[in-house]
Amino acid sequence: MLKRVHFGPSVLPFLLVAPQIAVTLVFFIWPASQALYQSFLLEDAFGLSTEFVWFDNFADLINDGIYLDTFKRTAFFSFSVAFLAMSIALILAAMVDRIVKGVYVYRTLLIWPYAVAPVVAGALWVFMFDPTLGIFAYALNTIGYDWNHKLNGGEAMTLVILASTWKQIAYNFLFFVAAIQSIPKSLIEAAAIDGAGPLKRFWTIIFPLITPTTFFLLVVNIVYAFFETFGVIHAITQGGPAKATEILVYKVFYDGFVGLDLGGSAAQSVILMAIVIVMTVIQFRYIERKVEY
Amino acid sequence: MIENRPFITFLAHLTLVLGVLLVAFPIWITFVASTHDAVRMTHVPLPLLPGDQFFVNLKTALTESIGGAGSLPVGLMMLNSLIMAMMIAVGKISISLLSAYAIVYFRFPFRMGFFWMIFVTLMLPVEVRILPTFEVVANLSMLNSYWGLTIPLIASATATFMFRQVFLTIPDEMLEAARVDGAGPMRFFWDILIPLSRTNIAALFVILFIYGWNQYLWPLLITTDKEMFTVVMGIKQMLETAEQAPDWHLIMMTALLAMIPPIFVVLSMQKMFVQGLTETDK
Repeated sequence: MLKRVHFGPSVLPFLLVAPQIAVTLVFFIWPASQALYQSFLLEDAFGLSTEFVWFDNFADLINDGIYLDTFKRTAFFSFSVAFLAMSIALILAAMVDRIVKGVYVYRTLLIWPYAVAPVVAGALWVFMFDPTLGIFAYALNTIGYDWNHKLNGGEAMTLVILASTWKQIAYNFLFFVAAIQSIPKSLIEAAAIDGAGPLKRFWTIIFPLITPTTFFLLVVNIVYAFFETFGVIHAITQGGPAKATEILVYKVFYDGFVGLDLGGSAAQSVILMAIVIVMTVIQFRYIERKVEY
Repeated sequence: MIENRPFITFLAHLTLVLGVLLVAFPIWITFVASTHDAVRMTHVPLPLLPGDQFFVNLKTALTESIGGAGSLPVGLMMLNSLIMAMMIAVGKISISLLSAYAIVYFRFPFRMGFFWMIFVTLMLPVEVRILPTFEVVANLSMLNSYWGLTIPLIASATATFMFRQVFLTIPDEMLEAARVDGAGPMRFFWDILIPLSRTNIAALFVILFIYGWNQYLWPLLITTDKEMFTVVMGIKQMLETAEQAPDWHLIMMTALLAMIPPIFVVLSMQKMFVQGLTETDK
């Protein structure tokens, strides 16, 4: 952690960490502790009176069927996005591993969406599926399916899952390619000599050996779906129709800034924070284990 | 290649081409939509091939205000986005370099305390502390300013960790040699550490520039003044005002413009970016 050869105590190191620590304290730790504190308060919408209510805000959330529904919806959404984005990326990565020519071209063509902002991704997909004009809505219409995500909650959910997945494929693809390429070729060759076909080699050698990457990506994808998809949802459905696509982060934003339920919003923030902490701990436990190899 | 199976190679290429089509189709449609005029964009089915209005739309989008009175032309929104993205990327890299240097190369009280404090920020994404952070920014009267847009986002545990990792791999002899030659701590930092971590800085810059450019929720809360809108927010604004008669050709032109700088950065620094991404995020 500390270099064997290092500088002795002076004022300088304090000055060096000062900017980072200042920003951390003012914009991270203080607000987070405020969120924690507010989650124990009941405040009216105008901020005229506050009352310390202990865990009432949390109890309200847990007893509130709507919050539990949001939780289930978020879980469904996150796992769908993670599963789809990872499967597609893994298939593509496995295929890239099989070809000799054109790897660079394919990679270049596949990594674009990483750079696209979630809101912009949302705008593209909402355009393609616009019930009156969208190209896909039109195509579905010609085969007799009446697409309207503005009215149908299931279709709205499908659309936000598609848009979020599309954006995440590139990221997963890069990690899977790196993981597959780091597998020693001798293992694959040995299996080939023993008569294992491409599919068998994939399932019995490649797939087990990239488990650490798969697991890491699972955590990253779930975190992505939990937090970063806010823009996608805000652009496509605004949580609608009838809350059909309202996930946890969206609800924190909506209850806090639109509904002005400060205590409730803060309590939700605290729950989200707990989720992030659990995810981070899982991720770091895994990294530690990998380092021991 | 382990064996020669033309059919499987063909299948691999086929799958990849399908993958590329899936990934590129939305972007293609965006481009096509941005090359037609308003009239063509209200007829079903929408075109699949580009028209000839690209430069007309480009000019309209860059210089005129679209959707809603008094909103900023996209050209100026892009300038806001660029300033924000650059401030975030440069800010994050600078403060992370400094704090990583302090933590790796100095013995001083509370060293580990500071380290853990930085670590904790990893667990506090903007989304979970939006309300109280908004209050802090409002109290510091940094709303509607570039400072308010960027400073709350520039603390970064990931970047600090990465630089810490890089510094730890630099041989101790470097510092010993520098000392023998009479270099002080800051001289060592500027003339040895920074040049040695140049590639890591570049890779991180790509990732952070994209992160900054694509920020959405935070600018949405911090800016109420149209002068400060970023292009990513502008698109949402246009979608909203477009409920009655969406100017899809202009919205898609804006979307295209919003995508170009980050895509350009990724593609032009692809090798570094891929290496940086797969190595730092772990």
